[in-house]
Amino acid sequence: MASLRDIKTRITSTQKTKQITKAMHMVSAAKLSKAEEFAKSFDPYSNKIKEVVASIAGSGQDAEHPMLQSREVKKTAYFVITSDRGLAGAFNSGVLREVYRTIQNRHKSQDEYTVIAVGRMGRDFFKKRGIPVLKEITGLSDQPNFSDIKELTAETVDLFIDGEIDELVIFYNHFVSAISQQVTSNKLLPLTDLSENTSGNSSMYEYEPNQQEILNVLLPQYAESLIFGALLDSKASEHAARMTAMKNATDNADELIGDLSLQYNRARQAAITQEITEIVSGAAALE
Amino acid sequence: MNTLTVSVVTPDGPVLEDTFEMVSCKAESGELGILPGHIPLVAPLSISSVRLKGPNPQRSAVSGGFLEVRPDKVTILAQSAELPDEIDLERARAAKERAERRLQAKQDEIDFRRAEYALKRALNRIEVVEEK
Repeated sequence: MASLRDIKTRITSTQKTKQITKAMHMVSAAKLSKAEEFAKSFDPYSNKIKEVVASIAGSGQDAEHPMLQSREVKKTAYFVITSDRGLAGAFNSGVLREVYRTIQNRHKSQDEYTVIAVGRMGRDFFKKRGIPVLKEITGLSDQPNFSDIKELTAETVDLFIDGEIDELVIFYNHFVSAISQQVTSNKLLPLTDLSENTSGNSSMYEYEPNQQEILNVLLPQYAESLIFGALLDSKASEHAARMTAMKNATDNADELIGDLSLQYNRARQAAITQEITEIVSGAAALE
Repeated sequence: MNTLTVSVVTPDGPVLEDTFEMVSCKAESGELGILPGHIPLVAPLSISSVRLKGPNPQRSAVSGGFLEVRPDKVTILAQSAELPDEIDLERARAAKERAERRLQAKQDEIDFRRAEYALKRALNRIEVVEEK
């Protein structure tokens, strides 16, 4: 049996760990509510841009734009959103496993795909496995501004327009609720499902100068807004995942401390009993 | 007097929502003035200032935006939009100088284009602040 001192040391160290995980849990909870707020303030923009794009796409005339056309896929880009730091449960590993499996299943040669990585965890994962990382961005703040990510999204969309890539698939954690996040993959480019969500009242705009010009401006912005939306979604998921992970860690620490205290008390009692026995038997020997 | 509800929205959230009598802005195809009762319209905006006229006039520096007009409502969607008091003049001036230096240096084409846009944005911001 471990000595009293050993058990005491373990209890203290577990308590210290618990303090840290508990603090991280609370920090993540605060960040989560902020991230949710942030995602909400993005909603008006994304809804509006979706509405306008859908109304143009659904206006009957065949609006032509390279971003709307499916072409033969020679090179696929995977846009993978992960976090910079770990300690968030299965947040990163879930996404990365999914991407890795998809790549293994779909592609035979490295020329057929490339990865655009957001977040240190994702970048390191792909680099370690020798998967080409075309672009990367790390060190994003917890509440990213659109301007932080604008360059990356614009460059990504340009890659498609210039024909460097023929397909863009995005992988991220979709925020379902504070306790549930879902790994989601979405085919972002070419834009194919535009006309599905056309609402009836909006297809009578005047276009200045014409539809084509507007599509040229609007579609890249629309695609960029989709990427930004996924990023905000993923940030909220990250905080939620970390919150849950830290909550579990705190609970486990509590349990461990309980077990150890029990052990400690037993050992203490055994020591006292032994001492009494010694004294009593010593006194008995004197009589 | 008829009024228009104008809202300016960016990915980082709404910037402005209020009623005005007239919207005057610069679309890619030229200056546009919108009065209440305008037919529904969509137009891309150039990097420029949007001037909102009415009892409480307002200006905003807009980049990467477009305009959606409904008879009683105007929505401006922009990648960035700032009101004059939100603009950091020092930063805009620094950005202007930086962009000018880059344009002088004449690197490859993509950098050139990016610097040009940066210069336009900076000039636009400075203009909106100094118009006061």
